[in-house]
Amino acid sequence: MTLDVEIAHDFGAFRLDVRFSAPAGVTALFGRSGAGKTSVVNAIAGLLRADRARIAVDGTVLTDTAARVDLPVHRRRIGYVFQDARLFPHLTVRQNLAFGRWFAPRSMRGAVAPDHVVELLGIGALLARRPRDLSGGERQRVAIGRALIAAPRLLLMDEPLASLDEARKDEIIPYLERLRDETAVPILYVSHAVAEIARLATTVVVLGGGRVLAAGPAGDMMSDPGHMRLFGVREAGAVLTARVVAHDMGDGLTELAISAGRLFLPRLDAAPGALVRIRIGAHDVILTREPPRAVSSLNILPAVVTTVSEGEGPGAAVGLLAGEDKLLARLTRRSVRALALAPGVPVYAMVKATSVAPRDVGAG
Amino acid sequence: MEFLSPQEWQAVALSLKVSLWATLVSLPLGIFVAMLLARGNFWGKQILNILVHLPLVLPPVVTGYLLLILFGRRGPAGAFLYDTLGFVFAFRWTGAALACGVMAFPLMVRAIRLAIEAVDPKLEEAAGTLGASRAATFVVVTLPLILPGVLAGAVLAFARAMGEFGATITFVSNIPGETETLPTAIYTLLQVPGGEAGALRLVLVSLAIAMAALVASEILARRVARGIGR
Repeated sequence: MTLDVEIAHDFGAFRLDVRFSAPAGVTALFGRSGAGKTSVVNAIAGLLRADRARIAVDGTVLTDTAARVDLPVHRRRIGYVFQDARLFPHLTVRQNLAFGRWFAPRSMRGAVAPDHVVELLGIGALLARRPRDLSGGERQRVAIGRALIAAPRLLLMDEPLASLDEARKDEIIPYLERLRDETAVPILYVSHAVAEIARLATTVVVLGGGRVLAAGPAGDMMSDPGHMRLFGVREAGAVLTARVVAHDMGDGLTELAISAGRLFLPRLDAAPGALVRIRIGAHDVILTREPPRAVSSLNILPAVVTTVSEGEGPGAAVGLLAGEDKLLARLTRRSVRALALAPGVPVYAMVKATSVAPRDVGAG
Repeated sequence: MEFLSPQEWQAVALSLKVSLWATLVSLPLGIFVAMLLARGNFWGKQILNILVHLPLVLPPVVTGYLLLILFGRRGPAGAFLYDTLGFVFAFRWTGAALACGVMAFPLMVRAIRLAIEAVDPKLEEAAGTLGASRAATFVVVTLPLILPGVLAGAVLAFARAMGEFGATITFVSNIPGETETLPTAIYTLLQVPGGEAGALRLVLVSLAIAMAALVASEILARRVARGIGR
């Protein structure tokens, strides 16, 4: 599946002019508040009529202002999970979930098994309840289930976690990972939280000031030193995939295999053999030219510098290749000069095991 | 001895019939107009708003007289209805129902409009993304959520219709058994010597009906509110 989007709209004080394509999987639409993310999503859903737009899913044209095509919202079959769950207060959870099925075309009803969705989202115990009796996290899960059961061509999620506290976010993200890995529904995920994107996205589109600033596969985008400013220097970090090798019961560490060798992290909740996705914050990486001896850091990965990107300030972003995995390090410009870092220079990247928080690790 | 004389009973029964019809027939139209005023965005919305509210501010006698001009046998609307459908409003109970309906309409529309404005349009948007057309969204989302307001509007309209006097007596006069409703019957009784006792009895009946309607609507509204999860 591919989603092709071209939107131009004049809001008066603000101009939206974007064009991007989203392949299958989770495409994150990232940007600060006011970047135009919600307007893009609303245009795709048909809730915003743009001045000029062409929007197609898998070749099915939903909007084409040039050809005067504009499918009404209810004919688009685009699922939408809103920031505020927007459950129907007069219906039970079960009825809310069934809502989309009442209107789905007969041919599509078999496409999604409601029981599977209920199981996937862990909302079986809530079916008889009313929305007012649910917690924020439960509401959001029901809203996701409701959108899925309507058998959409595409699922739009507009900051579905933004209104929840940290604990609730951690509760929902695993369900979103399962959604990504176990259903075939492509997802356009709007967020301004880098941590969420690192966990979920397969493709990232960065919006700013109503334009697309950068777009590409999530791994490449997040480990590209040139994009560090887009994600924020404190938030930036490479995302890599690792395989769980073993858990050490003795000292509570988990051993993982990556292309550059072994990685030790605080114990993870994943079975040996499972693939996990790890975000390693750029400011948690220390570089040395010599193999370090007698240091506390458990993880020392041989790597090669690929790019050095210096900005205006004292900081610099260094892109690395460790085996086949990309890493990103944020250093000072002084350190870059002191170590004479340049593309091709071999280095050792040190990563403290404890610097990777549980929420930086997700299902691969 | 019976509490009410046959003629008094007739007035009570007629009033109930007239008010019930006035309420039921104007209800769908009231919901439609309230929907237009609450959610619509069209040229002439203010004019519609003023037209709907006119009976509230005009002297009822004026409204009754306008109805007589429009819906009398020789009036443009009245003549048309008689020629095409053989339907007559003038000096019939149906005319009383029309007068009551028109007088009660602004109250009904106001109550329903308030209820519609309290419904978050975002819920209607959400229904759209789930495949519900506008009409379907109205039936399965908006209508259930505004039901308490619709009920309140209907009860208000019914009560207003029960009490309607000026427009009714001007439009369809005061014919016992045909157009003599409770208020006009009370008025007539007060005009004749020795009629005070009858008038008092009708006043008591009026009171009882009004209280019963209020209590019933309160119970219904509570039940509906529980049903829609408020």
